[in-house]
Amino acid sequence: MTTTTTAAVSLRGLDKVFNEGAPDRVEALRGIDLTIPPGEFVSLLGPSGCGKSTLLRIIGDLVEPSAGTVAVNGKPAAQARRDRDYGIVFQQATLYEWRTVLKNVELPLEIMGRSKDEREERARAMLDLVQLGDFATRFPYQLSGGMQQRVAIARALSFRPSILLMDEPFGALDEMTRERMQAEVLRIWSQTGTTVIFVTHSIPEAAFLSSRVVVMSPRPGRIAGIVEIDLPQPRDDETREHPRFYQKLTEVRETLRAVEKA
Amino acid sequence: MTAVVGTRRRANLATVARRYFPAALIFVAGIALWEAAVIGFHIERFLLPQPSRIARVFVEEFGVVVSAGWLTMRKAMTGFAIGATAGMTMALLTSRWPLIRDGVMPFAIAVNSTPIIALAPIMNNWFPITTIWPGAMVVALVVFFPVMINMVRGLSEVPPGSLELLQSYGAQPREILRKVRIPHSLPYLFSAFKVGTTLSIIAAVVSEYFGGSRENLGVYISQQAALFHFAEAWAAILVASFSGIVFYLVVVLVERAVMPWHASIRNVQGT
Repeated sequence: MTTTTTAAVSLRGLDKVFNEGAPDRVEALRGIDLTIPPGEFVSLLGPSGCGKSTLLRIIGDLVEPSAGTVAVNGKPAAQARRDRDYGIVFQQATLYEWRTVLKNVELPLEIMGRSKDEREERARAMLDLVQLGDFATRFPYQLSGGMQQRVAIARALSFRPSILLMDEPFGALDEMTRERMQAEVLRIWSQTGTTVIFVTHSIPEAAFLSSRVVVMSPRPGRIAGIVEIDLPQPRDDETREHPRFYQKLTEVRETLRAVEKA
Repeated sequence: MTAVVGTRRRANLATVARRYFPAALIFVAGIALWEAAVIGFHIERFLLPQPSRIARVFVEEFGVVVSAGWLTMRKAMTGFAIGATAGMTMALLTSRWPLIRDGVMPFAIAVNSTPIIALAPIMNNWFPITTIWPGAMVVALVVFFPVMINMVRGLSEVPPGSLELLQSYGAQPREILRKVRIPHSLPYLFSAFKVGTTLSIIAAVVSEYFGGSRENLGVYISQQAALFHFAEAWAAILVASFSGIVFYLVVVLVERAVMPWHASIRNVQGT
């Protein structure tokens, strides 16, 4: 063990090409270098087709990079996946409709062979964390979209992964629910100390949530710039009205626009 | 945010009456119209007997048609059990090896669209004709293909996100099969079962038209019809229809018990 902290995620010279050698070859990512320290909240922001979801999937070992290295907690991504370092939340809640809310949250723990008591205790604690303690015995279809997504977050956190990967988790929600969920995810982040990597195409969402916004440009996907969001924590609805918040929005927007001109 | 939906409400008598009233009305009107048409247009008894006459014969012949029906029903249920078990086993086996699945599926789909019932005389030749086996084997074949095809679809058409999540938990293929693929295939499987109940009664009765022991529905219907005893034939058809409906309802009840979470069922509970 070294005294310096190991990065939660370290990417070096990452390329990704889909369908190499075929007419529909797509260069999704080129030359990605990025280091994310533990406990940071980082957003990957960019227009559709900039490879932000692909980048997230490479970090999570769901997609193989074509070149470059991925180190997660100092290990290769595949090892990190085997060590259950990742909690994942997709745009769709992806709940298993035949399982109750509680059983959905227990599923990762079930796969990991935890005892019944421990599973239930953990799952109930997680449901309390996302404020759905009263819905444990419901089936997913009985919940609204926002509630389903909170169950998905509870499930992703149930086994205390060190890294939470979120792929446009609030993309399918209405604006009001979305803002409430953002506040919720910040609260959970501050309570758990989990590193969060958050894919979004919403500028205010990225600016409100993150300590850093990684702005990406399309075809091929590259990092166009990184904007530090040094707004004070904890953030709340007043943060959204803070003049510094507007400055940051502008800064992110200009970084995005510089990409389009280039 | 839409509020919580689907809380189960006990339907009161008035709601039940309102829901089934149209169907009951159509039923009574249909029977009355039939009765009136036979009398009014002087339709010959051997072309179309009156419902009242069929009902009378049904009561008189009750013992005979019900025991014939029970034999046919046993044939259908035995065949169904064999076909469904074989279909599920085959689906589970092929899901493990996609190459075999991709090789077998086109043929399964092709065979499924052939009139398997045409094999009945051959089955009569292969299995002792006085037993339930030739008919049960036709039923088994008729049920096998839809069950297998549907279950293979249910096992393989799992949304990619569901699989990726389990991979991220480090799940083994066997766990993915047990925890996601099989539960996901249940709605597909039950729709095959429901089709299968209907098909199995049809297959059992029709296979009996090709001969067999005398106490079954198919033989009874064809013999009574040959003797111009059409009311008797209709009474037996009534038993066959009733058996089919009961079989179907049994499967529906099992389905509700097994997957109360599924859309097809919770919609029935609503309103």
